[in-house]
Amino acid sequence: MDKTIQTTAEAVAQIPDGATVMIGGFGGSGAPIELIHALIDQGAKHLTVVNNNAGNGHVGLAALIEQGRVDKLICSFPRSADPSVFVESYWAGKIKLDIVPQGTLAERIRAGGAGIPAFYTPTAFGTDVAKGKPVEVFEGRSYVQERWLKADFALIKADLGDPHGNLTYRMAARNFNPIMATAAMTTIAQVSQLVGLGAIDPERVITPGIFVAGLTEVPNPAQEEELNWAEAIYP
Amino acid sequence: MIDITDIKLSNAQIAWRAAQDIDDGAYVNLGIGFPEMVARFQAEGKQAIFHTENGVLDFGEAPKPGEEDWDLINAGKKAVTLRPGTSFFHHADSFAMVRGGHLDVAILGAYQVAQNGDLANWSTGKSGIPAVGGAMDLVQSAKRVAVVTDHVTKNGAPKLVDACTLPLTGVGCVTRIYSSLAVIDVDVAGFVLREKISAISTDELQSLTGAPLHANGPVQKLICPKVLA
Repeated sequence: MDKTIQTTAEAVAQIPDGATVMIGGFGGSGAPIELIHALIDQGAKHLTVVNNNAGNGHVGLAALIEQGRVDKLICSFPRSADPSVFVESYWAGKIKLDIVPQGTLAERIRAGGAGIPAFYTPTAFGTDVAKGKPVEVFEGRSYVQERWLKADFALIKADLGDPHGNLTYRMAARNFNPIMATAAMTTIAQVSQLVGLGAIDPERVITPGIFVAGLTEVPNPAQEEELNWAEAIYP
Repeated sequence: MIDITDIKLSNAQIAWRAAQDIDDGAYVNLGIGFPEMVARFQAEGKQAIFHTENGVLDFGEAPKPGEEDWDLINAGKKAVTLRPGTSFFHHADSFAMVRGGHLDVAILGAYQVAQNGDLANWSTGKSGIPAVGGAMDLVQSAKRVAVVTDHVTKNGAPKLVDACTLPLTGVGCVTRIYSSLAVIDVDVAGFVLREKISAISTDELQSLTGAPLHANGPVQKLICPKVLA
């Protein structure tokens, strides 16, 4: 078995118009910038994107939005140092926004990956976010029912990867990446270093390869913060 | 109406006061922005363990300029550092720590706090783009939820109110408010005044507060050192 894909272009080639795409990362850390840029080049549109944020500057997710490819964004915090692309799209009515509390977003993704259609959380009880959702009392406390969140594709960033798709992550760049890997029909990872089978200590594997459909090596990946300081614009 | 411009505590002083209530070894989450300042003023000999939503426990202060590693950030997207004892985890585990009731304290900012403990801090209504982040999770599940805030808005309107008029972040969740004028607990009676700065009378403080201030025992002087912002 070898899940290695030669280029980022090949890695994202099968993503169709209208797909729901989870994109890993929290701000710039763990954001698969090169896969997002390959998706921009590929041209898919009318996407629903799941990400914690809404892009920063004019690269990565912000660039995907700026190119008019995203119809709907599911996120917890659409703010950043430079959220101008999202803000302009939002006020122009070009993009729909579904705000989900961050822990609920994470758990909905986890549930999607774990085959749990719904769960109850205390988060958002009594707020606008819980409007219309079933509420149940457990042990005297009120909880809101939330549904799983799944995707057609997940684009994630990892540190090491092997041909079976076993992945490790680097520091806080882990964030949403491992759970998104479980919740998509097809998970594509960019890895900073592709290593041979057996080169990753099994104790260190965070995402077992069963969750990963394909991986492509992107050595020295771009960091969103540094691209933004350089005032980079993609494409 | 009393002018509080020259007598109110600075944000750094509010953060200092909030920090004095954090126990050694407490697991603490600080909201992004102003609440992050609390970490700088821990009491001598006490070391809290800070949690950040994006999957780091027990991180250190900001690195020197030029030494940032952008894979090592906090929820405010600011660079932080490793400490002996730092751990990393994914987002679902991070919020298991939150939702599972494992955090001792969450300290957040506020647009409004109501006398029943309701908090509004995520949306100003229809005028802006809403952004909730992890606040709704934190306020419902941390063992103690405290707020650091100016006592009134920039326009002088009370931020401690009878009932929140802005969209709620959580219901009945706030237990202590560290304001620029006072320390106020929230319990079944409503707002209970614990400490106030000497430069303001209880009547003047009440006039700047949108719901009754109750007394339950003596009101202490709120004294903060001149700390740097």
